[in-house]
Amino acid sequence: MQTTFEPATSFEVSDKGFYGHFGGAFIPEMLYPNVDELRQNYLKIIADPAFQAEFWQLLDDYVGRPTPLFLAKRLSEKIGATIYLKREDLCHTGAHKINNTIGQILVAQRLGKKRIVAETGAGQHGVATATVCALMGLECIVYMGSIDMERQKPNVDRMRMLGATVVPATSGSQTLKDATNEAMRHWINNPIDTHYIIGSVVGPHPYPDMVARFQSVISQEVKKQLFAKTGSENPDYMVACVGGGSNAAGAFYHYLNEPSVRLVAAEAAGQGVTSGHSAATTALGKPGVLHGSRTILMQTEDGQVVEPYSISAGLDYPGIGPLHAHLFESGRGDFYAITDDEALAAGFELSKLEGIIPALETAHALAALPKMNLQPDDVVVVCLSGRGDKDLSTYSKHL
Amino acid sequence: MTQELTQNRITDLFATKSDRLLNVYFTAGFPTITDTVPILRGLQAAGVDLVEIGMPYSDPVADGETIQKSNERALTNGMSLKTLFAQLSDCRKDTSGDAVTVPILLMGYINPVLQFGIENFCQQCREVGVDGVILPDLPLDLYLAEYAATFRKYGIVNVSLITPQTAESRIRHIDEESDGFIYMVSSASITGSVKGVSDAMRAYFERIEAMNLRNPLLIGFGINNHETFDTASQYANGAIVGSAFIRHLEENGTSAASIQAFVQTIRA
Repeated sequence: MQTTFEPATSFEVSDKGFYGHFGGAFIPEMLYPNVDELRQNYLKIIADPAFQAEFWQLLDDYVGRPTPLFLAKRLSEKIGATIYLKREDLCHTGAHKINNTIGQILVAQRLGKKRIVAETGAGQHGVATATVCALMGLECIVYMGSIDMERQKPNVDRMRMLGATVVPATSGSQTLKDATNEAMRHWINNPIDTHYIIGSVVGPHPYPDMVARFQSVISQEVKKQLFAKTGSENPDYMVACVGGGSNAAGAFYHYLNEPSVRLVAAEAAGQGVTSGHSAATTALGKPGVLHGSRTILMQTEDGQVVEPYSISAGLDYPGIGPLHAHLFESGRGDFYAITDDEALAAGFELSKLEGIIPALETAHALAALPKMNLQPDDVVVVCLSGRGDKDLSTYSKHL
Repeated sequence: MTQELTQNRITDLFATKSDRLLNVYFTAGFPTITDTVPILRGLQAAGVDLVEIGMPYSDPVADGETIQKSNERALTNGMSLKTLFAQLSDCRKDTSGDAVTVPILLMGYINPVLQFGIENFCQQCREVGVDGVILPDLPLDLYLAEYAATFRKYGIVNVSLITPQTAESRIRHIDEESDGFIYMVSSASITGSVKGVSDAMRAYFERIEAMNLRNPLLIGFGINNHETFDTASQYANGAIVGSAFIRHLEENGTSAASIQAFVQTIRA
């Protein structure tokens, strides 16, 4: 069992919540007391030994950590490098999302909150939130774009079975961005007894930092597991998909200050970066403010947020977390734009080569591998962020 | 470049009138792209004290459904900051004896303003005669650190919000750093979602009234008829009406007579 978080890195967030010049807390005054309460307390709360004991115990006994680091031999042979898969798909509820919701529900309890509100895209974060609310006996309200509710119906049913109220977001593109707007509005209307569990490294400070810390268990485990398997803690490449970017933030976290490890982020290009149906934020975006932080954002010349598109609901977001915006701008991260077709092909390939059906989100990360000009002695870790059961209806259309 | 705020219609207004001020919000470019200036003129003719023009945004998180839908429609109509400034460019000029003299505020979200450029935005405000700005997602500390000097250089008032949850020390800080007035959000809510004035709201109004702030106060959110306007005016210098006016425009049209009728029912 882990007992503590390891020290943070120089890519750490500033006091005001900035990574480079991305981040901050651009929030209406109605949210100021909630966000400020969190900002003033989160580091104290998660440093508390009682919190740590409960957090790590739940990760071990409830989530099923540590997740395996699996040497994917047939994929390695196909790609021509040594590929390890960090199996976050084996977490309880089927994705890395629960690492964060376990952490945040414990924070919410210690802040005396009675109700949880959340947004979800693919439904993985919604399911993870509904799960921890059931575990802790807290009321749970999840906003989900009405289009996402249709394409991720099994997750809607799971959330309802877990006792959550799923509310359709019917504004705008009816996807993750709009679910986030609606969840924020709910929080504005219920400022005292409600905690908003944001599911990615987005939103106002301290969310990006808090979520990255909870997800950093991924890179913390990879270091130890890789050392045990190879004698080195450091791969040559750490690869993850980025919508908002929480699995990537967790996979990168302990490698941020290891320049020998290239950090590779796969974004959703949808039908193609220039097709008008894309969510490739770094390729199409520019600095702007959305959902409480300054980041890279897909927007019109006039600053209106552009509706994103991706075959994977979890990557269908017009921004990225401010840490990722900083990684992109500073050149620390390599960003690849992966089309729907490339992701689907990578998802089918992993299924046949390794017997693992990945989430469509994760399939984007896998699809980056052939583009990376890998050498035979390169060691690559791919964060396998979630399993593909929820995406079967989409996959089956392309079988 | 910081300089004292001089010659601003908002501060001038509060210097001469302190009671029952009515500030009416509408969204630029709604219901049609050409309605902005006619509605502005209609509100002035109906005797409102301040006008708040919404700069439409795709993701207005502090607003409820009514204002969000008006934003969506305005954007579909092609409204942008550039178009809005072009529409307002002549309204202060006395072309046929009907120059707009009422103080004008622009209300909206920070991202379109950032893309327009803060300096460019403030300069355009000054040129067309916009007196103040309400940007709910620009918190006071960021405003002071990054933008206050530019706003003051062009004589543009930045209006801050307070809510029932805002701590007393923060209210004092906001009061210290504000010019013009403070926007007092009536309850923990988004716009257009509050019905009536509750005891808790009255207690909050009394608490703020007793603080004797240096800035005037206008109460907004939930002000939708004569009764709520009257109650708000007992505790503050006046009130702000938004969603109710948008609904009125949808149901009764944008004619001067329609606007006059709406303002009369609020003022009664």
